[in-house]
Amino acid sequence: MAYVPLADQDKEMEMHHPHSWVEKYVFSQDHKVIAIQYGSIAVFTGIVGLALSILFRLQLGFPESVDFIDPNFYYQAVTMHGMIMVVYFLTALFLGGFGNYMIPLMCGARDMVFPFLNMLSVWTFLISIIILMASFFVGGGPTGAGWTLYPPQTAMEGTPGHDMGIILMLISLAVFIVATTMGGLNYAVTVLQYRCRGLTMMRLPLTVWGIFVATILALFAFPALLVAAIMMLFDTLLGTSFFMPAVIEAGTPLDHNGGSPILYQHLFWFFGHPEVYIVALPAFGLVSDVLSTHARKNIFGYRMMVWAIVAIGGLSFIVWAHHMYVSGMHPYFGFFFATTTLIIAVPTAMKVYNWVLTLWEGDIRLNAPMYFAIGFVFTFIHGGLTGLFLGNVVIDLPLSDTYFVIAHFHMVMGVSPILVLFAAIYHWFPLMSGKMYNETLAKWHFWLTFLGAYAIYLPMHYLGFLGVPRRYYVLGETDFIPASAQDLNASITIAAIFVAAAQILFFINIIWTLKNGKKAEKNPWGSASLEWQAPDLPPKHGNWGEDLPTVYRWAYDYSVPGAHQDFIPQNTPESEEPTVDEEHFDPDTDESKADV
Amino acid sequence: MSLFKTLAEKPWETKGVVGGLRPEGVFDSPNEKVTLNFFLVIASVVFSLFTVSYFIRMELPDWQPLSEPGQLWLNTGLLVLSSVFFQWARNIVSSGKQKNLTTAFVGGGVFAILFIAGQLMTWESLQGQGYYLTSNPANAFYYLLTGLHAVHLLGGLWVWSKSSMRLFAGAEAKDLKLSIELCTLYWHFLLIVWLALFAVLANT
Amino acid sequence: MALAVVIFLLVIGSIIFHFASPWWFTDIAADWGSIDFTINVTFWVTGIVFIATNLFLAYCVWKFRQKDGHKAVYEPENTKLEVGLSAFTTVGVIAMLAPGLFVWASFVNVPEEAGQIEVLASQWQWQYRYPGADGQLGTADVQLVSIDNPFGVNPEDPNGQDDVVVNDPVLHLPMGQPVQALLRSHDVLHNFTVAQFRVKMDLVPGLVSYLWFEPTREGTFDVLCEELCGIGHFIMRGAVVVEPQEEFDAWLATQPTFAETQAQSAPNVAAGQAAYAACASCHGQNGEGNQALNAPKLAGQQAWYVERQLNYFKQGVRGGEGDAEGAQMVAFANMLADDQAVRNVAAYIETLTDTPAEPTIMGDVDNGYDIYDRNCAACHLDDGAGTWYTDAPKLAGMSDWYFVTQIQKFRDGIRGLHPEDDYGEQMVSMATAMSGLEEIQDVAAYINTMR
Repeated sequence: MAYVPLADQDKEMEMHHPHSWVEKYVFSQDHKVIAIQYGSIAVFTGIVGLALSILFRLQLGFPESVDFIDPNFYYQAVTMHGMIMVVYFLTALFLGGFGNYMIPLMCGARDMVFPFLNMLSVWTFLISIIILMASFFVGGGPTGAGWTLYPPQTAMEGTPGHDMGIILMLISLAVFIVATTMGGLNYAVTVLQYRCRGLTMMRLPLTVWGIFVATILALFAFPALLVAAIMMLFDTLLGTSFFMPAVIEAGTPLDHNGGSPILYQHLFWFFGHPEVYIVALPAFGLVSDVLSTHARKNIFGYRMMVWAIVAIGGLSFIVWAHHMYVSGMHPYFGFFFATTTLIIAVPTAMKVYNWVLTLWEGDIRLNAPMYFAIGFVFTFIHGGLTGLFLGNVVIDLPLSDTYFVIAHFHMVMGVSPILVLFAAIYHWFPLMSGKMYNETLAKWHFWLTFLGAYAIYLPMHYLGFLGVPRRYYVLGETDFIPASAQDLNASITIAAIFVAAAQILFFINIIWTLKNGKKAEKNPWGSASLEWQAPDLPPKHGNWGEDLPTVYRWAYDYSVPGAHQDFIPQNTPESEEPTVDEEHFDPDTDESKADV
Repeated sequence: MSLFKTLAEKPWETKGVVGGLRPEGVFDSPNEKVTLNFFLVIASVVFSLFTVSYFIRMELPDWQPLSEPGQLWLNTGLLVLSSVFFQWARNIVSSGKQKNLTTAFVGGGVFAILFIAGQLMTWESLQGQGYYLTSNPANAFYYLLTGLHAVHLLGGLWVWSKSSMRLFAGAEAKDLKLSIELCTLYWHFLLIVWLALFAVLANT
Repeated sequence: MALAVVIFLLVIGSIIFHFASPWWFTDIAADWGSIDFTINVTFWVTGIVFIATNLFLAYCVWKFRQKDGHKAVYEPENTKLEVGLSAFTTVGVIAMLAPGLFVWASFVNVPEEAGQIEVLASQWQWQYRYPGADGQLGTADVQLVSIDNPFGVNPEDPNGQDDVVVNDPVLHLPMGQPVQALLRSHDVLHNFTVAQFRVKMDLVPGLVSYLWFEPTREGTFDVLCEELCGIGHFIMRGAVVVEPQEEFDAWLATQPTFAETQAQSAPNVAAGQAAYAACASCHGQNGEGNQALNAPKLAGQQAWYVERQLNYFKQGVRGGEGDAEGAQMVAFANMLADDQAVRNVAAYIETLTDTPAEPTIMGDVDNGYDIYDRNCAACHLDDGAGTWYTDAPKLAGMSDWYFVTQIQKFRDGIRGLHPEDDYGEQMVSMATAMSGLEEIQDVAAYINTMR
């Protein structure tokens, strides 16, 4: 049995058609509804993360200006901000949100292979969020151990949220991992097994490649976090000593002995580094498609782009200890991990070149999604290059644990993926909602977000060069840090508030458009990939109406010489390929004939 | 399908339907089986990471090896029997017969339950000898790894119990074919995991 | 169009920002110029790539923006170009990595002539140990840590007897002498960082990590903890003094060896009682305190704390400008002739019967609990008993009015900012984190419930 017969896919869909409002919008098994649910929960959580960041930025920029921000709250806020943004916001939004929406549509499938499991995944995700949020309301509050949750301090008296907070955090992570695994199995198997007729792997849009490889990374990397979380829960709740060495807590020796905090760090970063690419690869994929569509040009070097995604995915499992150069691990590891880390720069740089070369000799439509996509290329170049500092082990000595690190990873996995998120949301908004967003508002949103974010993070690198340590509640009196550093910190905070406020434009745009926006035309960007070729806008449950589509070409047939339209949808057969009308016919450039 | 050949394709050069009139699946198996295989790889990653942690932790000075109870050999035998029965059931369904299917399939599960009971007994006896969870990391790993393995078995038993119910309710062999195949695969996997864990625990 | 211009301007702006920025590495004070060299190589390579790629990006956006009648070029790939770019990138990466690996090799391999010292971190203080005359550090174990042996030095180990123990966050180092710092932690992860030395390393409980450097510039530099170590992370500061060998030797000679700290005779409580007579006039026969005379309750306070404060008054660390009440103490503290006398009286005070002081401050207990539990308990403990380990005195059952005035003095910079008051400085940071008198009174009211 080499395939799932079309009839089977259809029969299955028949069974899951919703019969009531609740089945349609709440306990829906439609991947598109689940995608929106995943996305909404992630965005809500992300807003909490953003609000926390504004609060601790206020403290950093204007110390003591807000009464309730005491050191305890500050550490809780930075911890929860980090964990929320990396795991519960970005990972969930890219995989659960875009993965869910795009994979079946771009693969020409009716749904995921296991719609019920998919539904279970989003509800499990919601439970993990509820547990996470609950930690704000328990005694002691959420954990303030830093988002990396390094033992032994996670469970010790001097750390905020060391009793209930950390336990809820670990449980929430474990539940989240279960949700991601259920979702991830679905995404991976759907890409592998549920592609429609004619859709070979190499005909897939890069969005699918990015999400697919990221899913594989997630499936293999999250177990490391699960293992670490289980062992830490044992240490915390049952008194074992996996990670806990003999330590003194506020003058009293604790009943632990011999555990290895470094072992935890290895496990954590064995998850943590691929996690960076779990966020980055879907962004790479999505932005490639946005750039290509709006440049009216095929993505340049498609094969190189796929290879780079696969290579980065593979390499991401052997670079983890570059987060641990100064952790006290055996220093000889530094040679190996510095080398692998800098090797990963090569495929990453190739991606950047190919994005820019996609624009070269294109016919660039500067729509809002394109603004965000080009903004991404700029910030990603910046963030990628600063990674070469931190990856190079000796340069990490002065820079690690300073603001340089914060600036680097926010540029590369905060600002850049979020710009892609906005590019993708604007780009696919007409598909998802059937309405066209307001272009002017979207461009304002871009300018404020893009310029504001750069105003936050460019100066922050220089605080890092200066040697300002991260995770300091106040800078205090430090001889080598001039007073002007505090002014810079204040300006960063002001920029941060601007950027946060600018997001209101986005929500206004979305909400207003959903209510009053004008109806989008079908395939407004003239996109060649399959998701825009669904018969309905937005696609109905089952996506494809009567028959599944058949794919005759790759996803990037833009501005093909000889064709009179500047794009040819993937499901257009050769025979129906629109050609130039007679009078403009130029036999030299006509390649469509040669194929026949 | 060769991965490298696929990745070397130049998709813009070929137009038209490739791969015949059927949709393209990479693997020649039902989706459930592909998914289960994926899951088994993930589970192996989890067990491997625990094992790697075990070896790293073992190097530290406070480690005192645990002398595993001899009963583990008996338990191992039970799990082997369990796998054998599942294989038997699988052979029956793939030859399209029905005879002895209930005995084989239900028997496999029962032996798995006996295995878990046996594991609990080793826990009891270790506790009785003063090998508590917290007294040494070797003990902690023993409880953790055996417990985790048992949890995976319990998950399998949940699926097994649902299929058994259907079998008792008179379901036909061909309807349960996939389910029985998947259970068998899963049980073999857990047997291999157990043998590996047992080897690690017994030799260190 | 606007986008191309903005990207162009951002590139130019970044360059201007870089050259105008007063924020750059602080002057190096160790022999790690090679690290700075590697940074410069990386900075210029990446800087040029940043400028070139983004200018090209801006050019593409400007040049190939949509125009009527214009059509994009169909170009699936260009193998030659892509191979060329990969090769170019690889060369750049090697140019950055190679010097990095060489410098790392010299960081990993400590030169043989390097001396050894130990840096010990605990929540939230730095302490240091020198190997003494035999050039060898004695073994140590966290299980042996006590108030009398804060380093946990193994008393059985002959190598440890002559170790010089510095129970103070200021490290002294001789100029021009390479030194390997062995790093130990008693509780959580910490990180020993001196920005001027360029190198840093975590201190991990359960193992000894290291770093090495050769001080090349005299002066006093900040020691910061750069690994999140709990709520007091940002107040975990120390200093390192790099001085000529002779000055260093002279300083080292004044520091006690481990054997000396262990051999210290027990304090003479009877002598302390006699000396206390002078104190009793204000603080009361039983150390119960007297608010009218601004004398806080002493009974129940831990001896190490009383001892430290008496020394501070003697040395002028406390009771200076602006501290009228403290100034009264200076004369009395100076009546104690030497360290032994101070220890005696502190020991006597510890023997006094501890009856909780009468509450005089009212406030919102719930709010006080909230603040105390979140921020104060980490050092002063959940029951307000305090501990030497975090340098935190007892609060529960002590004079609440005194607590309020002292917190205000910390906030106003009257107490704790003297350069010698390393522990008071931490309290300044915590006290200024409180919003004002009302919160202080709430906390005092809560502390009153912990008697």
